[in-house]
Amino acid sequence: MRWKTAEYTGWGRVLKATGDMARPERVSALKSLWADSKGPAIGNRRSYGDVCLNDKGRAIDMTRLNRMVAFDPLTGILEAEAGITLGEITQVFATKGWIPHVVPGTGFVTLGGAIANDVHGKNHHGAGSFGQYVNRINLLGANGKTRIVTPGDTPDLFKATIGGLGQTGVILSAEIQLKPCASAIMDVRENRAEGLDEFLAMLDRSTATYCVGWIDATAKGSTLGRGILEEAEIRDHTVQAKLSRAKSVPRDAPSFAMSAPLVRLFNALYYRRVPQDGRRLDRPMQDFFFPLDRIHNVNRLYGKNGFHQFQCVLPDATAREGLAEMLRAISKAGLASPLAVIKKMGPGRAGFMSFPMQGYTLAVDFQNRPRAAGLIADLEEITLKSGGRIYLAKDALTRADSIAEMYDELPDFTRVVNAADPKGVFLTDMVRRLKLRKIKP
Amino acid sequence: MNQSWVILGASSAMARGFARRVADQGGSVFLAGRDMDDLRASAADCALRGAPVAEALVFDARKPVGFQAIYDRLALEDGMLNVAVFVGSMPDQSDIDKDPSLIDGVVTDSFTGPARFLQGFAPMIEERGGGTVVGVGSVAGDRGRIGNYVYGSAKAGFATYLSGLRNRLTRAGGHVVTVKPGFVDTGMTWGLPGMFLVATPDDVARDILKAVEKKKNVIYTPFFWRYIMLIIRHIPEAIFKKMSI
Repeated sequence: MRWKTAEYTGWGRVLKATGDMARPERVSALKSLWADSKGPAIGNRRSYGDVCLNDKGRAIDMTRLNRMVAFDPLTGILEAEAGITLGEITQVFATKGWIPHVVPGTGFVTLGGAIANDVHGKNHHGAGSFGQYVNRINLLGANGKTRIVTPGDTPDLFKATIGGLGQTGVILSAEIQLKPCASAIMDVRENRAEGLDEFLAMLDRSTATYCVGWIDATAKGSTLGRGILEEAEIRDHTVQAKLSRAKSVPRDAPSFAMSAPLVRLFNALYYRRVPQDGRRLDRPMQDFFFPLDRIHNVNRLYGKNGFHQFQCVLPDATAREGLAEMLRAISKAGLASPLAVIKKMGPGRAGFMSFPMQGYTLAVDFQNRPRAAGLIADLEEITLKSGGRIYLAKDALTRADSIAEMYDELPDFTRVVNAADPKGVFLTDMVRRLKLRKIKP
Repeated sequence: MNQSWVILGASSAMARGFARRVADQGGSVFLAGRDMDDLRASAADCALRGAPVAEALVFDARKPVGFQAIYDRLALEDGMLNVAVFVGSMPDQSDIDKDPSLIDGVVTDSFTGPARFLQGFAPMIEERGGGTVVGVGSVAGDRGRIGNYVYGSAKAGFATYLSGLRNRLTRAGGHVVTVKPGFVDTGMTWGLPGMFLVATPDDVARDILKAVEKKKNVIYTPFFWRYIMLIIRHIPEAIFKKMSI
């Protein structure tokens, strides 16, 4: 197996790594390279910061090990290799009447990445996180042995692997539970929320299976926190709905594309796209679940310097005040992009380092400009003060001691992964930056 | 009409992309190669995508005694029998310079092995009055270059063989597509210096299936390699021999 020395980044393109990468196309090739050179596995690099980076080290690109190997149509249990994307699983199975219980906002995430970041979707408030539907993981460990990891037999290793940022080993394949679906069409309702209070009330009132809000992060004063609430159910029968045409961003956009006046203008128009008394429409599942996937390289819109996504979750008790404070800070700074999302979260999580907690989550993109890091540090402070948490899959900037405060099961995680990988074979840039494991190199 | 495809060298990234697309369209696939664990995983994948039959079969270009078992298995299928050849091997030219005996393996894997297989397969196409042969060559076969002329000459031989086979099978209702990929992002090219305009294996697979539908004879994929190679073929030898491209 040849190694390729390359510079690579996560989705945000701010943090970079240079290192040797292997991309085995067969499991036997992976195992033979394992004899002399180990390293953390990476997937499609859709995490934003440094989850998937190993600067000056090695990494195993798993995207070519991407086959579905078994499916039981009676139980809906699918076994697939780690490199397959959730979009591909959804595409193949939706027409057969099955979809994953949980899909995140992009279909390009791999199965291995979805497990290692314990991702959530627009139905988290009811369905919980991705890891809750994982029955079994085939894990290639630091010692070269493949282990079967299940929640019943190896609960600690399972909880350190789900949301475990690849620290327990290379996920070769996994068995996940799919859920039946009657069609591949979503019945979507869109309604305006005129301000934050109304928005939160609408989120609380919603009984929809899928529920997500777009928020105008440039709005100020009485319109602070205005946006559009999307509620959706899978239709009980198939109807015609047109998939939007695939597009591509050919090159990096100039930095003024995300300048404050343009974003304000875009947001104002986007808000008014939905009539005052709301609207209903049928949308193909892929369009609804993965709205930005039809635009390839959409991250280039943020320009050559990349961008950050800040995502936090705040518990119910402090959310209203915390979110208002955050939105005021964001609109005052004038750094917001059009992409800002709010949704309600349930308690569902499956790993020691899983992100979700009962409350509300806010995610906002910021172009990488000089003042962005300062603003994100302020948002980090508000998150801490509110007893909330920052999502590691999105993170590039948080301080190590903040993460320790936010993730109370970090000591358990450290203990289990250090036992599984005593030499630190699977360390990544994020794990070093956030001091998630104490290993001397 | 039922379509069955036997795919030689089915563990390669291009072959896997091709098999997936055949399966998506409801064709049966027989995945032939040496790594049986890998082929069984791919066969399962194809079956889940919609292939009525998806099986792994043993194929080693260097062991022609095994070919008959594949012919026998295919003979059980109704409908059109098709074959796609993705086998080939490309050791570094510098390794061949050190050990010239490597040439035999390259020629067997990339030319004589698959040619022998096709020679035995051709009567099945003639008998059924139809069917397609896809032979994957390489732009490297269009002109010998310092960097990989052993691999290139094997692929050139294979391309000439396919041209003759096309001549033969056309009169029986069969068809032969010669595919000349440029740089493709596979295990073979991973980490090689000097790659440009690299296509994904899935792009190549899509182009091949389109060429099969449209009964093209020779395709370059991506298409612009036809023009790149047109230029390269027309460089006078007196100049070409001094170049290193």
